[in-house]
Amino acid sequence: MKLLKFLLVGIFFGIVLVKSEAVSWYRIYEMFRFQSFHMYGIIGTAIGTGILFLQLSKRFKVNSLNGKQLSVPLKDRGFARYILGGTIFGFGWALIGACPGPMYILVGTGVMSMLIVLAAATFGTFIYGMLRDKLPH
Amino acid sequence: MHVMDWIFKPWPWYITGPLIASVMGLLLFFGRTFGMSSNLRTFCAIGGAGKYSSFFNLRWRDYLWSLTLVLGSVIGGYIAVTFLSDGSISTINPTTISELNDLGFSNVGHSLVPDEFYGLKAVTSFKGLSLLIIGGLLVGFGTRYAGGCTSGHAITGLSSLQKPSLIAVIGFFLGGLITVNFILPYIV
Repeated sequence: MKLLKFLLVGIFFGIVLVKSEAVSWYRIYEMFRFQSFHMYGIIGTAIGTGILFLQLSKRFKVNSLNGKQLSVPLKDRGFARYILGGTIFGFGWALIGACPGPMYILVGTGVMSMLIVLAAATFGTFIYGMLRDKLPH
Repeated sequence: MHVMDWIFKPWPWYITGPLIASVMGLLLFFGRTFGMSSNLRTFCAIGGAGKYSSFFNLRWRDYLWSLTLVLGSVIGGYIAVTFLSDGSISTINPTTISELNDLGFSNVGHSLVPDEFYGLKAVTSFKGLSLLIIGGLLVGFGTRYAGGCTSGHAITGLSSLQKPSLIAVIGFFLGGLITVNFILPYIV
């Protein structure tokens, strides 16, 4: 039962991302060519709603189910890891037209070759784990 | 238009953006954080990567909730295309379509991903397979290096006004813009 709510949220997430076309390779291409507002509209309204939600939950001291005040964990300080890692991620994102969430979802829509991308992405994460101590963070 | 017809069409950005934020909100309410790429690390841990790097020494059962979320999203993808779609063609900008036609892409917007990248013919060619593998490696490496992907940084990080996430998202766009505008036209 504890896991059921996550299954349901996942199903909802998968449906929303397909119906929004955020999982479309063409929408990602179009976004990076500045030829459509669509993706900027999705990301922009998601962040806008997110900001509003977090500000309101702070003001009204909303608790999460575990009884603590609802909050977002803070990211570590730094610059190199974010700009370098982010850019490397962007290279891949634009090439295959999918970030990790859409990768899983597209498998569900029947794009079986995405499993190759997912295997490669898992291996990419493994490579990061191996090189982590040698990289600037 | 009847509301049921509307369900089967692509949903507008001003509906889906807030719905994505609600996924973040629900997960925070459950005491968890929205981050889809962390599962790749969990996959490594399940596969025994902890033997090679302490980075993968984690109890993957602690992340069972997140793996369940992934399973749900796969099911959601199946439900969306099987029961909630009428096969509408995506309203991609005509300029984009003609550009992609010139690059050798056909049926632009008729499916979620191009056959030229994901079809059987592409996947069984050396070049096509290489592109998928390189793309996957870059995403998997980059996201963990940056400590998050679109869900963790762009949605959750920016919603909570965190500077590291802003830097990461600038990186996402820098990399994406370079790839689409200066690399993609020469490799497809």
